[in-house]
Amino acid sequence: MNFYAIRAIYLHEMDRMRRTIGQSILSPVISTSLYFIVFGSVIGGMIPELDGVSYGSFIVPGLLMLTLLTQSISNSAFGIFFPKFTGSIYEVLAAPVSSFEIIVGFVGASATKSLIVGIIILLTASFFVELEIQYPLLMLFLLILTCLTFSLFGFLIGLLSNNFEQLQVVPLIIITPLVFLGGSLYTIDMLPEFWQKISYFNPVVYLINGMRWSFYGASDINIFISVVSLVGFLIACIVGVAIVISKGYGVKT
Amino acid sequence: MQNIVSIKKLSKIYDNDFQALKNITLDIKKDEIIALLGPNGAGKTTMISIICGIVIPTSGSVTVDNFDIIKDYRRTRSLIGLVPQELSLEQFEYVFNNVSYTRGLYGKAPNPSLIEKILKDLSLWDKRDSRINELSGGMKRRVLIAKALSHEPSVLFLDEPSAGVDVELRQEMWQVIKDLRNSGVTIILTTHYIEEAEAIADRVAVINKGELLVVDNTSDLVKSMGQKTLLIELHEAILTLPSKLERYDLTVLNNGLSISYNYDSSSKQTGITSLLQDMKETGLKLKDLNTEQSSLENIFVELVREN
Repeated sequence: MNFYAIRAIYLHEMDRMRRTIGQSILSPVISTSLYFIVFGSVIGGMIPELDGVSYGSFIVPGLLMLTLLTQSISNSAFGIFFPKFTGSIYEVLAAPVSSFEIIVGFVGASATKSLIVGIIILLTASFFVELEIQYPLLMLFLLILTCLTFSLFGFLIGLLSNNFEQLQVVPLIIITPLVFLGGSLYTIDMLPEFWQKISYFNPVVYLINGMRWSFYGASDINIFISVVSLVGFLIACIVGVAIVISKGYGVKT
Repeated sequence: MQNIVSIKKLSKIYDNDFQALKNITLDIKKDEIIALLGPNGAGKTTMISIICGIVIPTSGSVTVDNFDIIKDYRRTRSLIGLVPQELSLEQFEYVFNNVSYTRGLYGKAPNPSLIEKILKDLSLWDKRDSRINELSGGMKRRVLIAKALSHEPSVLFLDEPSAGVDVELRQEMWQVIKDLRNSGVTIILTTHYIEEAEAIADRVAVINKGELLVVDNTSDLVKSMGQKTLLIELHEAILTLPSKLERYDLTVLNNGLSISYNYDSSSKQTGITSLLQDMKETGLKLKDLNTEQSSLENIFVELVREN
């Protein structure tokens, strides 16, 4: 195992976060704060309690998930796409480093960045709403698992993308709508029956409800189903990345 | 001399069916500078990209220090440094950090004093804390060399090191390459500047359309394949060649004031003695004589044209 290479890639990627601190940290914190101000304080004041908690508190897990998913995907996709774009990927490919080590370096750094942002979001939320976490260890486990899974997913997107437009398509056109329609700002049973059934086909519903259960011990979906679906998606991402890397698709000719 | 890189029947066909390499077999000796010479699209970059692990070969094998580049990729790649043709660098990074990053990728523990020495040798130490986008093109190329040397490789591939580089920097680059060879690094460079190959390479391999046309010592190649030209300056201009001289390969130049004679310097009978004798008999008066050796460039153009 080339530990020095993993360390080099990891620190190199973390250094990118330091150089782009505004984009990496401030931007998600500001946008999440705005959600809390608008939905939590202004609109939330007019909405009764949901699942036994105030509306402001209710939306915390959903907004946390929205940030984690988009940050994990974009960090990781950009991390591998940028060297492809500049051509500096040549040195990673020419180095005595295995595909597994490359993935650990890039995905590890991306997941760490998302985790840092997630923790900052939670701290930010605590300034706006009363925060209560019934199962902190489960919350931390879901937080790490989500960061890793969607960083892997982002890595796959970065490998397969040939331009900046393709890089943005999945996070903007697929992930963001799925999160908004996945019960981040409402409970599924608030929807008409037809849309409730449709919602169960949205994988993000399971993630948000899993996170919400860890906070409040209540959600629309059984926690076991949520965890299993997240692990299932993690396995699918591992298989997808393994196939793409083994074929050299997107990086080798 | 011991071979450090052995290429056997190497072929590469890209997905678009373009065959970039056709059955190339080549041995590269330890501590030599070999120039892979060929026009654009000849297959030079594909060849070094395969050896470095960036391109997947279609068939054939390559060993570096007797290790296979696919089965023992960790060993072979740790022996190799690569300086790519393009200035492929992350523009917002700092020079020192970026060179150190490459050393880490190659599985080596951080060694700031070695990085300092490399940057000093390449006149980059003053720029260690500069962002790469603040450097000139020549400095960026030297950063690429510093990165390639950061893990102390024994084989260094330089893909078109002089592309887009001014004359002064090119000379500087050649000196760096010679110094590296003297320190025990085998150098494989691709170039389409014949002058470059002639100036620094011990051996030359000419590649065209994916085929290896010739491999030889640079000086031997010039001797064996080159022609010599005898330039004869006359006292008085001639309108046509006397009939007695028609059997020689002569060309009238300079409005009839000079004659050139092409001959093979390696053959036993160059024909110079009989030519001069016949010229005397026809009454032509000689003013001066001069000989010219055809350059590597002439040989290269001839080889590529034949191919």
